[in-house]
Amino acid sequence: MTIDFQTYFELLNLYSDYAMAVDSADWEKWPDFFVEDGTYRLQPRENFEQGLPLCLLALESRAMIKDRVYGVKETMYHDPYYQRHIVGTPRVISVEGGRDADTIHSEANYVVVRTKYDGESTVFNSGYYRDVIVRTPEGLKLQSRLCIYDTEMIPNSIIYPI
Amino acid sequence: MTGNATVFPKDPTWEGEGSSRIPFWAYTRDDLYQQELERFFYSGHWCYVGLEAEIPNPGDFRRTVIGERSVIMVRDTNGAINVVENVCAHRGMRFCRERHGNRKDFFCPYHQWNYSLEGDLQGVPFRRGVKQEGKINGGMPPEFKLEEHGLTKLKVATRGGVVFASFDHDVEPLEEFLGPTILQYFDRVFNGRKLKVLGYRRQRIPGNWKLMQENIKDPYHPGLLHTWFSTFGLWRADNKSQLRMDEHFRHAAMISTRGQGGKNDEVVSGVDSFKDQMKVNDPRLLDIVPEPWWNGPTAVMTTVFPSVILQQQVNSVSTRHIQPNGHGSFDFVWTHFGFDDDSEEMTQRRLIQANLFGPAGFVSADDGEVIEWSQEGFEQKPAHRTVVEMGGYDIGDSEHMVTETLIRGMYAYWRKVMGQ
Repeated sequence: MTIDFQTYFELLNLYSDYAMAVDSADWEKWPDFFVEDGTYRLQPRENFEQGLPLCLLALESRAMIKDRVYGVKETMYHDPYYQRHIVGTPRVISVEGGRDADTIHSEANYVVVRTKYDGESTVFNSGYYRDVIVRTPEGLKLQSRLCIYDTEMIPNSIIYPI
Repeated sequence: MTGNATVFPKDPTWEGEGSSRIPFWAYTRDDLYQQELERFFYSGHWCYVGLEAEIPNPGDFRRTVIGERSVIMVRDTNGAINVVENVCAHRGMRFCRERHGNRKDFFCPYHQWNYSLEGDLQGVPFRRGVKQEGKINGGMPPEFKLEEHGLTKLKVATRGGVVFASFDHDVEPLEEFLGPTILQYFDRVFNGRKLKVLGYRRQRIPGNWKLMQENIKDPYHPGLLHTWFSTFGLWRADNKSQLRMDEHFRHAAMISTRGQGGKNDEVVSGVDSFKDQMKVNDPRLLDIVPEPWWNGPTAVMTTVFPSVILQQQVNSVSTRHIQPNGHGSFDFVWTHFGFDDDSEEMTQRRLIQANLFGPAGFVSADDGEVIEWSQEGFEQKPAHRTVVEMGGYDIGDSEHMVTETLIRGMYAYWRKVMGQ
């Protein structure tokens, strides 16, 4: 199981571009990281480890991810905050389709730091991504992103994408 | 309020007989908070501890909380459910550290005192001393009796698969505690079907625990705060609805039936979120399929005072457990579930509709936020008071939602029990 450096470089870019997008407050960019039937799930580690299906968010298509963007921008009253993702180097688990890969299974640790306008910066959510990434004519996209978080006791609420 | 010269009340007293103006100090005082723990969570009331489906097999246990006291819900070898306090009888250690598991017995690692699943002390290491060079050293005094040193055992009641417990063994039966009206809404969800746990969500909300009870006794806010509800027509002030209470006004049910939509100028004027043509991009978010057991209402939110909220919002059902920690904070633990005979489609539907609820929910995230901001306001000027006067001053059941009567009811009860 190897991929060429060009593909690995694209993979690194996907992770860093995603982090930049979800930290930028430009939420409209977020759905574009997913293919049309792509899924985004944010799940507490306890449910994952007990085989319980409930997620904190289970967005089952790019359309539903867009619905979330609408909610974040237009309907959800919340304290505004900055967030900053620190994402570790992705670990490639398996690859299908040769050295330029048409499907990559990979994982990466993340920490999200939250800063409210009048407060200090605190570790808000920590966990890891379990991803399935596919090659499309527009480059690598997420077929599925499962964020499994250790921070099971959420400091009140999570509004913006992890 | 002009008559209030001080920000920090020197001799706080609740003005007048009513319960429509709640002093901010009811949410900010540590002394009152401790009294609340004693009088509501530790005596005279049943508190939620969990679901039978969480501990299906003998030896299964789950650690949970009543008020601030750590307890263990465990199924013993006879299949009965016991609830014991997680404090060792020896040196007071909170010995159970796992959140759940399966055990033949409990033991405290400090000195290995050992307890049965019923909470009885079974053994104490070196109880008879240690033999050394022909003589016995140490040991417990001869009059020490194992049966006098068990774990604190709680009174337990189960109904429809839900487990309640009380430190107070003189508490009235659960059915009387709930009262006939609330019992009817309780039994509507928990009618004997086997439950299937779907998972947990946890959030720490920096606000007084009562604010969560109030939030679910307040039908005035959903169509206004929860823009997502109103945008997509899930909650409107002209929905057919009833508000019901027990005879003490401590528990309540908000019952509503989703309207047929359409524009009603009275309801939507001034609600800037109403959008007649707004649709979600993925219709599965609102793919609501009526279930026979609803018997009409599309949502029933039941507050069982002081510890739990029972949620049926369309196809999403959950318990929401209130676990206070200090006057200005509580943990809110959501257990989402379905029923054993749910089809795979229904399970998926419940899981997708769960996006509306919980700490990131399209709707419920708002509630945690406003509770935090309310607490900030209370701390800022505790001599002030809220104005809970929508629908008047009195307390009673209602056939509409434009009222804060349930909150007034809860504070009438609170004043009586607290002597304030």
